[in-house]
Amino acid sequence: MSLGGFDVQVVRESGFATEEMTLNMGPQHPSTHGVLRFVVRADGEVMTEAVPDVGYLHRSIEKIAEKVGYHGFMPYTDRVDYVAAMPCNQGWAMVCEKLAGLEVPRRAEFCRVIATEFNRIASHLLAVGSMGMDIGAYTPFTHALREREYINDLLEELCGARLTFNYVRIGGVGWDLPPDFERKGLAYIERFEPLIDEYNSLISFNKIYKERLAGVAVISAADAINYNLTGPNLRASGVKFDVRRDLPYSIYPELDFDVPVGTGEAGVVGDCFDRYMLRIREMQESCKILRQCLRQVPPGSVLGKVPRKFKPPVGDAYVRLESARGDMGWYCVSDGTEYPYRVKIRTGSFTATSIIEKVSRGLMIADLIAVIASLDLVAPEIDR
Amino acid sequence: MKELVLSLIADGGVLAGVPYAVAAPLVMLGFGAVVVFGFVLPIAGITSWLERRVWARIQSRVGPNRVGPQGFLQWLADGLKNLLKEDIIPSAADRWLFSLAPYLVVAGFIATFAAIPFAAPLIIADLNIGILYITAVTGIVVVGVLMAGWASNNKWSLLGGIRSAAQIISYEIPAGLSVFPVVLLTGTLSMQGIIQAQGWAPWDWFLFHNPFTFVAFFLFFVAALAEGNRTPFDIPEAESELVAGFCTEYSGMRYLLFFLEEWGNLYVIGAIVTTLFLGGWQVPAFTENLLVLTLVQFGVFFLKAYFFVFLAMWIRATLPRVRVDQLMTLCWKYMVPIAIVNMLGTAVWMIVVSEALGRLVQIAMTIAGAAIVVLFFRRVRFHLRRARLQPADYYYSPII
Repeated sequence: MSLGGFDVQVVRESGFATEEMTLNMGPQHPSTHGVLRFVVRADGEVMTEAVPDVGYLHRSIEKIAEKVGYHGFMPYTDRVDYVAAMPCNQGWAMVCEKLAGLEVPRRAEFCRVIATEFNRIASHLLAVGSMGMDIGAYTPFTHALREREYINDLLEELCGARLTFNYVRIGGVGWDLPPDFERKGLAYIERFEPLIDEYNSLISFNKIYKERLAGVAVISAADAINYNLTGPNLRASGVKFDVRRDLPYSIYPELDFDVPVGTGEAGVVGDCFDRYMLRIREMQESCKILRQCLRQVPPGSVLGKVPRKFKPPVGDAYVRLESARGDMGWYCVSDGTEYPYRVKIRTGSFTATSIIEKVSRGLMIADLIAVIASLDLVAPEIDR
Repeated sequence: MKELVLSLIADGGVLAGVPYAVAAPLVMLGFGAVVVFGFVLPIAGITSWLERRVWARIQSRVGPNRVGPQGFLQWLADGLKNLLKEDIIPSAADRWLFSLAPYLVVAGFIATFAAIPFAAPLIIADLNIGILYITAVTGIVVVGVLMAGWASNNKWSLLGGIRSAAQIISYEIPAGLSVFPVVLLTGTLSMQGIIQAQGWAPWDWFLFHNPFTFVAFFLFFVAALAEGNRTPFDIPEAESELVAGFCTEYSGMRYLLFFLEEWGNLYVIGAIVTTLFLGGWQVPAFTENLLVLTLVQFGVFFLKAYFFVFLAMWIRATLPRVRVDQLMTLCWKYMVPIAIVNMLGTAVWMIVVSEALGRLVQIAMTIAGAAIVVLFFRRVRFHLRRARLQPADYYYSPII
């Protein structure tokens, strides 16, 4: 039995006055993930257009960088993407190190990867949980957040914060791993991996859930590349590109992990279900990475010698790293002073927002929610 | 009822000398008030508390547990809070319709209680068209919902109202058609008549009468859930899509009234399913004492009906929401044809199958049904045990 809906087609009878209505979805709408706004033109339930309107959460973070200096900007990077703050920390540290040509102690690289991968799992848990909630199943959300809570505990033990970590420093990390952290981390992974299967049986393979997501808002590989989608959204369309594997940084070349791609297991490659499942698969891969890292953390210091007055030579640098929302780019121009001349952050959510207008044509209003959730948009990352 | 009113007039109490035409409505109003305030509203309220608790357990949360023992009085606190809140009517709304809509919704649901047989003597009015009456008055709810959606002058509300109208009207068809097999078997529409045609034993229930009534039971329950705007069919208020659907603009007590209807309606669904398929209040005649018998009958009926309330909560906590077009597909492409087949199948069954063979089928189906229930609960127990967190599981947490 398939619930695959009707081919919706609106036929207008002459002499019967109907008109499209313009709906304002957001910024206070419950499922726009923060303060996104969409101007939806709909014919009854069927949308003809959904135009995203961004900018409600703009905090001029890039401009702030020019005023607070290199070290001082680190806490602000947490706020670029507060769901996955660790990769932002790491990106800023990496671009500064590239500018100044600094070496990072090997133990610090392990700390960074461990923290980032834990944060990636936490971010994906929030993504898949809120996806379930947007489709109308409330239980998966609480179960996902319950597991995320333990990661928050671990990261709190690591750096004292649960959301905005401010853990990474230019030239290393702020604090060494706390005692017994490796054992706790491994224990968490041992327990978390079977829970992914349980979560799958709870919601992922639910008939209604699959029907809701399969074949909805299909993004082809060509479209995904043209619209500059990154990370899980790009890979769900079948493009096997992961910055961690293809443009390796940190210790990722030494680690053994797969890059899952969308397979179209419920419908077509690149539909909402693929994007959803890909995040589940990535959590499993992150567990793999974490297990390797936690088992072989080398001894040593975690912070290299970095002058307090950090003045990188004149020049510019661009680094790419894989955040939870994909290819994150950090560009920094230095004029040789204590303050960066210009900083530009390239984020995955911003480009993902641009494809909504294209894929939402002809979908139903309920599907727009699924699309937003499946692209895993995080409003602060869009606006910065 | 008539004898009671006449005796009250003759007794010379408060109603002494009052003409029957005046006394009868007064007495009925009095009874109605007692039933509504003493049973219907508490049932809806307690259901709301229980739903939140059950939901919380399933979601590994705690739920409301502050007001009263185990938070039992939470529903009273919520009601009081909402009564004291400001009742905002948007300036662009249609004032009259906006104010009227919640009352229509609540009236539609309370009116069903007039024909629900809680026990052999406990029924407000044993109408000879009982089940038809219930199907009809629940239709008033959709008028109220549509009215709320339109009068709010808000596009989300309007979408919710229209979704609700489409949904309730569509699902009344499979619900109505699933009642037909039972009506065919009993030859009556009266609720008491339907119950009296069944027995206390499970094999005498219409659920296990023949394969067609068995399917009709599930069809009716699903259709009733859809009519009651319950997950997975809660698209009219679909929080994540339509903000709050038709009640987006409502606040205070009027807002609560919509939810009162939703929670109370759960019990109505359970009561109707119990009446039609599960033998209603039927118990073995174990005592001559009418009072005890009535109380036991009431208890049996209540438990059976409340089991379905619990089931609806469970379903709501488990399943995601279907889309509008999928909802319509499910109704028109699957449920309506199956319901029609059921109806015809029952008619043929009544003519073709002999009584002895019918008896055999009933008992076989009962055993099969019991086996399904046992297996289901074994599986639930297995999952519950597996999911229960051992204290050792927490050892990686730095806090605990």
